Amino acid sequence: MEFRKDLFQNERDDNLNVVGKGVQRQDMPGHVTGRSPFFDDHAFEGLLHLKVVRSPHHHARIRRIDISAAERAPGVKRILRGADVPLNKNTLLSLINFGKDDEPSLAVDKVRYKGEPIVAIIAESEAQAMAARALVRVEYDPLPTVFDVEEALKPGAPVVNDTYPGNYFEYHEKYDHQKLRFGDVERGFAIADHIIEDRYQMSPIEHAPTETNGSIAAPEQNDRFVVHTCAQGLFFSLGTAAKIVSLDSNRLHFIGGTVGGGFGGKVDSLTEPLSILGAMMTGRPVRYVLDREEEMLYGSPRGAERIYVKDGIARDGRILSRHIRSYFDAGAYTRLSSYAAIKCTAHLPGPYTIPNVASDIYVVYTTRCPSTAMRGFGITAVDFALEVHMDKGAEACGMDPMEFRILNAYRDGDMKAHRRVAKNTALIECVQVAAEKARWPLTEQAKRQSSLTEGGGARAEIPATPIDENGRINRPETRGGRSTQTLPAGATRIALTKQPIMEGSTENRPKAPVVPQYEPYRPAAPPPPAYQPPVVAAPLAAATSALEPATSPPSQHGAHRFSSVFGTRRR
Amino acid sequence: MALFRGRGMASVNYPIGMNLGGDPSQALIHSNPDGKFTVALSAIDLGQGMKQVTRQVAAETLGVPIEDVYVDTADSDTGPHDMGSFASRGTHRMGNAVIAAAREARGVLLEAAAEELEVNAADLVTDGKGNIHVKGAPSRSITVRATAQAAQFKQGKTIAGRGIFLIPLSAVDPETGELNPNTAFAHACLVADVEVDDETGEVKVLGMNSAYELGRVINPKMVEQQLVGGAWMGISHALYETPEPYYPNPEQGPRDFNEYLMPGPGDIAPYSISILERPAPDGPFGGKGPGEMCANPVLPAIANAVYNAVGVRVNDLPITPEKILRGLRANGGAKPQARRGGAL
Repeated sequence: MEFRKDLFQNERDDNLNVVGKGVQRQDMPGHVTGRSPFFDDHAFEGLLHLKVVRSPHHHARIRRIDISAAERAPGVKRILRGADVPLNKNTLLSLINFGKDDEPSLAVDKVRYKGEPIVAIIAESEAQAMAARALVRVEYDPLPTVFDVEEALKPGAPVVNDTYPGNYFEYHEKYDHQKLRFGDVERGFAIADHIIEDRYQMSPIEHAPTETNGSIAAPEQNDRFVVHTCAQGLFFSLGTAAKIVSLDSNRLHFIGGTVGGGFGGKVDSLTEPLSILGAMMTGRPVRYVLDREEEMLYGSPRGAERIYVKDGIARDGRILSRHIRSYFDAGAYTRLSSYAAIKCTAHLPGPYTIPNVASDIYVVYTTRCPSTAMRGFGITAVDFALEVHMDKGAEACGMDPMEFRILNAYRDGDMKAHRRVAKNTALIECVQVAAEKARWPLTEQAKRQSSLTEGGGARAEIPATPIDENGRINRPETRGGRSTQTLPAGATRIALTKQPIMEGSTENRPKAPVVPQYEPYRPAAPPPPAYQPPVVAAPLAAATSALEPATSPPSQHGAHRFSSVFGTRRR
Repeated sequence: MALFRGRGMASVNYPIGMNLGGDPSQALIHSNPDGKFTVALSAIDLGQGMKQVTRQVAAETLGVPIEDVYVDTADSDTGPHDMGSFASRGTHRMGNAVIAAAREARGVLLEAAAEELEVNAADLVTDGKGNIHVKGAPSRSITVRATAQAAQFKQGKTIAGRGIFLIPLSAVDPETGELNPNTAFAHACLVADVEVDDETGEVKVLGMNSAYELGRVINPKMVEQQLVGGAWMGISHALYETPEPYYPNPEQGPRDFNEYLMPGPGDIAPYSISILERPAPDGPFGGKGPGEMCANPVLPAIANAVYNAVGVRVNDLPITPEKILRGLRANGGAKPQARRGGAL
């Protein structure tokens, strides 16, 4: 790995003490000698083991559950059913008021994916728990399944998740998808010389951590429970568990530590609520760890995404218009998929300046294992689609793919499709350096381009934008409607976010570093020079301007009203 | 039957942190009476180096040697709230929280030193080696250790600091998707060279070159580990992995590592990386976060390289030998595209 210190040199103060140095990590000796403690390294006297009975059907009504034989099995201490879970319906992002509770810890009347937990067995040993598991009798009435996202959206498709009866996550209490509208894509296509359209598909991917998901919960003397866990978000998991088992958060003491690989697959709190509930019910420490097959098949994967991209390109290689329609396969429950669609929307159209952009992103329920976050959540699949599509676009206009990217790359001062100004961009320089390394020849013209210049101006304008009410909830026939009105050029309707909060020293002590300021849209301003004087984020440089009240953007009312964003209530 | 070489590229950017904001991180820092600092967090170190990044950021801000700072994390009784280790948010969000906490602690440290030296705290600087002295007068100095002892046993001061970093939550416009997303973006461009066997449909990645712009690099060794490991994950995503090989058909799911395809040591390609640093105005010392994006450009670059090699477009991941062979059959054989650039 080499550094290109020559680039953006005047934007940095490289004279720092330890930042920028390859100092060895404080936990390295423990890792390389195998002494770093993982959650499963905690031994407890009288430890019990929990295993769950999982559905063999993709979709079925549960007619009867008979645990009588399992209860009498050797070593079995307690069997948990849905009715034992204090709050047997949750959605992960309820912690930030995002979405409706839709997923039980233990299925009660219906199973919605193969592998859904129904009954939890707690026994003296893992072998005894597994033996008793085989004695649980569950009678099912199989129901029709749906595995294809576009099939699931058709009227008459089997309803997967009763909380969302249309098989889609509901955005803003209004639409069956999340919209992005910037400019007039249809007009852009009409004036384009080349139209490139294609369909892309990302299959699910398993996180495949070396350490499978698991936790150990143990009663403490002071009426609390200590929980050793592999969770990626300690308080995220604590909050989720406290809600499901109905305990005040301070009665749970979560201890994480070294995690044996996460990649997004340890955010869901798959095991903690049942471990804690087991410890509450038995008064003994309870360990619940997925085995490898459970992790592979029933630990949530990266969700599949189907993405349709349509580009309109001028003869000279400028992309005039881009439309994206994409379907996130959430599986049977929401988990975190609803957020990925928002993240994807904010990411479009990729790192390029395109005057007309629109997208429709759906989160769709199917009768498969719920998917969840994975490294690059909401971005990885659409980047695959967009960058393969860029290759096709370059070919269509007979351009070199690197030059095609440099021509269309976003630059400082350009307006992005979500109506905020791009700053701190560096795509062009990355392309130039990669080309140089690979000895991929670029024209002199392409080598001279810069992220710092020639952005802004006309490229900073928000175009007039036709908007529509397509895809109203419960009205699938409205999906193909026309625009209902046109927002005038320059329109913005979302208040700027308040400046970030950095509590800590202020008076008589060094001030906080520069914090982000969202660039308001200024229609009357003359084209600003793209290149801003360097901002040095040195620790002691008192960057006062960002902190002056006079320069603060208007504050947003009720910053925590996710309900206003997503139209759903907590619990 | 032959082996065909091809070259493809992709360029991407990546948003740092939960893109709507609303994801706070907190940090607490305190010194013991010997001037040794503990940073208390609840952030999880997944192996990515959370503890080391925050340790370096704390030492830099406090102005003390890195050996005098340890990070204690992942205990909900001692570490204050943090949203979690995901969304490439650790370095950016927690780094800023640690800076805020370290500034507050540094403020008390300098006030305590000022009292001992009988000078104004505003005139004091740290040398990063454990000493505090009057600006321009290195002889008028006191050690951090002596300052901490005086603060604890003589002045009755706590050398401690609190920090939080929160980008308040953004609303989203239902009709236009307008929002205030995160403010820091990292960038990358990657070139992949592959060899495709038109008899077996197998793809071998011969090598990769990339340029990553990550804002300020806090620890270059850990950045390299992320980028190299992530690129291997990208190769794996592009060519091997899925629990549903015939998606949306849910059958044929692998149950263990014997059945779940991943590259082995022999499938790892040589990889050369160049780092660009354009500091993020709102990042800790300008840092962004390389955690998630490092697999992203690999997938399309390999797909584009396969097309360049044999003229087959595979739009569905992973790019399995079966899909390539079907494409070759549909095209009536390999159709190599124009070579790009110099030899490997």
